[in-house]
Amino acid sequence: MSDRQEDWDLVIKPQNNLFDLNLKDIWRYRDLLRMFVLRDFRAFYKQTVLGPVWFFIQPLFTMGVYIFVFGNLAGLSTDGVPQPLFYLAGIICWTYFQECLLKTANVFRTEGAILGKVYFPRVIMPLSVVVSNLIRFGVQLLLFVLAIAYFLLTGIDIPFTPWLFLFPILIICLALQGLGMGMIISAMTTKYRDLALLLTFGIQLLMYTTTVVYPLSSLGGNVRTMIALNPMTPVIEGVRKGFFGQGVFDINSLTYLLLSTFVLLFFGLVIFNKVEKTFVDTV
Amino acid sequence: MGLAIKVENLSKAYQLGQFSTGTLSRDIERAWAQLRGKEDPFLKIGETNDRTSKGESNIIWSLKDINFEVEQGQAVGIIGRNGAGKSTLLKVLSRVTSPTRGNVKIKGRVASLLEVGTGFHPELTGRENIFLNGAILGMRKYEIKRKFDEIVDFAGVERYVDTPVKRYSSGMYVRLAFAVAAYLESEILIVDEVLAVGDAEFQKKCIGKMGEVSKGEGRTVLFVSHNMNAVRSLCDDAILINNGRLSFQGTSRDVVDEYIKIPIESNSNGVFRKERRGIQPIEILEVRMLSKSGASSNTFDFDDVIGVQVEYAVNCRVISSSLTMHISDQNQIIYGSYDTDFDLKELSERHSGVFRKTIEMPLHSFKEGKYYLTIGAGMPNSETYEEHHNCISFEVIMRNRDDSFLSYAKKREGVIPLMVKWKQSELSLK
Repeated sequence: MSDRQEDWDLVIKPQNNLFDLNLKDIWRYRDLLRMFVLRDFRAFYKQTVLGPVWFFIQPLFTMGVYIFVFGNLAGLSTDGVPQPLFYLAGIICWTYFQECLLKTANVFRTEGAILGKVYFPRVIMPLSVVVSNLIRFGVQLLLFVLAIAYFLLTGIDIPFTPWLFLFPILIICLALQGLGMGMIISAMTTKYRDLALLLTFGIQLLMYTTTVVYPLSSLGGNVRTMIALNPMTPVIEGVRKGFFGQGVFDINSLTYLLLSTFVLLFFGLVIFNKVEKTFVDTV
Repeated sequence: MGLAIKVENLSKAYQLGQFSTGTLSRDIERAWAQLRGKEDPFLKIGETNDRTSKGESNIIWSLKDINFEVEQGQAVGIIGRNGAGKSTLLKVLSRVTSPTRGNVKIKGRVASLLEVGTGFHPELTGRENIFLNGAILGMRKYEIKRKFDEIVDFAGVERYVDTPVKRYSSGMYVRLAFAVAAYLESEILIVDEVLAVGDAEFQKKCIGKMGEVSKGEGRTVLFVSHNMNAVRSLCDDAILINNGRLSFQGTSRDVVDEYIKIPIESNSNGVFRKERRGIQPIEILEVRMLSKSGASSNTFDFDDVIGVQVEYAVNCRVISSSLTMHISDQNQIIYGSYDTDFDLKELSERHSGVFRKTIEMPLHSFKEGKYYLTIGAGMPNSETYEEHHNCISFEVIMRNRDDSFLSYAKKREGVIPLMVKWKQSELSLK
């Protein structure tokens, strides 16, 4: 009675092809993506007094600290851009990147309970992180726009440039980089827990090699080349170029950005796809 | 009707102990083999999941060459002892983990109800959780909407649909979780031991619903349970898994009979051993659980005599000391005994040497379930020399009795299985 039918919907095999990414499956589970986003969002401010206001408080406080430490004490240049705007642009972009990276990197540990019990395309989980944090980023962007409006009203000139049209692309690259790097790291944290610990301060170090608290134009020589090679640098420089007309960003940086994002995402997906099959056995 | 599931030569290996082969070069060699799609060169062939004999490599085959087929609309029970590989099989079938070899072909969607409330978020309301859980099981929103009322009705949570589930009682939680999986339109439903939770009435309701699902709606059900009565009443057919291999398949009645015949393992399990260090005044060298025949074992039938044997060394003259034995279940310590309970001489003074003590627990001391043995030595109420917390776990199983009634029934409340008779005498009203 073997093989009397061959129209199976699903064949579970040991070693799937590395590049078999199951994109069709992800589309079928799109409702799940929506539910996870809702869940993250609800869980974030349930039982807090201030609720969504927390989305504002974090960047504002960080901005205050940066103005004090880097602006006043260290006297780092902001390329003539008002300090609050300069730092705020960097902070909200960086926060989004960092959230995508950290949450994705730890997804197998924090969501292990669900992932170990039931199947769905695992990549839905990091994707939901990216989307729910995008909403948060949107709210914080509103804060940034309000700050710009305030400075415009007080008569300070903000020289927008056409690069501003690239803003959505920059943000997409930002999210995908966080996702890609996070997925690469997630593969390793399932096996070697040490990496999760390393990550918390590693991300701090990474921030200082990105132009969050200083402009790229203030650097020279080899240091400048190295910082420019950090794939996050062109995003932040590009955003500043768009809004303030200041920042080192041209067609080459854009090409580099797109290329590096693609590479990170591609490797991330491939590695993640490999790990998701058996992580249950190692976590 | 066609086949719903076809399992071919399915095997799954796990690595024990260290998470890598131990050296980087072997790790790399292995990664390289995997990259080329070859098999792991460090998997040895031919070893089975027999925990009794220590394998030569630290890789165990949790499943080995499993083959079976399930027809559409069939309800199949999967039985086997703890650790036989049932859960691994379900994990592979529900795609939580990949097999090491072989393949599984599936027709239709699979919804697995592996553990109650998996994927429920405590902060979300019942309504939101139904949608979340449905989505996790791969349903589209409109499909869930269509079944929403039936789900709520079955779970009996109408009044609380808009309350966060963290305020639910555990019973409501289980009912809701079961209802979501049972009502959604998957062609194959996998149910793992969920019925252990929930009250008897609800269990009946679930079994009824599952029968309806398989016979009425033509959906395929895979049912894992230790409750043989449930398997017999729900499933026409069953498969028996033993040591990672499919050891028997047939009608559920035959398979259950076969399951009962598996001899209780007598093996190196049930032994705890330790090197003598000579630091503490008293040290425990070996703890062993014994069956009636004197062989060490960690699985006992309800009707078996359970014995404990402790070998210990006294390294110097000790005054006022006791050996202690505690037995706990999953929740708490349920019994404690001291070797000095009947022997005050030992309490006052012990001389150096190596000794052995044996304990025989009274018959029918434990209900069906899993227990842990803790052995220690120390000065009562002041100092602990040694304590080997949960050094042996043992299981009491029920093979020859119907576990659905009398005081030893698992689902009846209470931890003491003592059977007592209620004597009645009529009292005159005058």
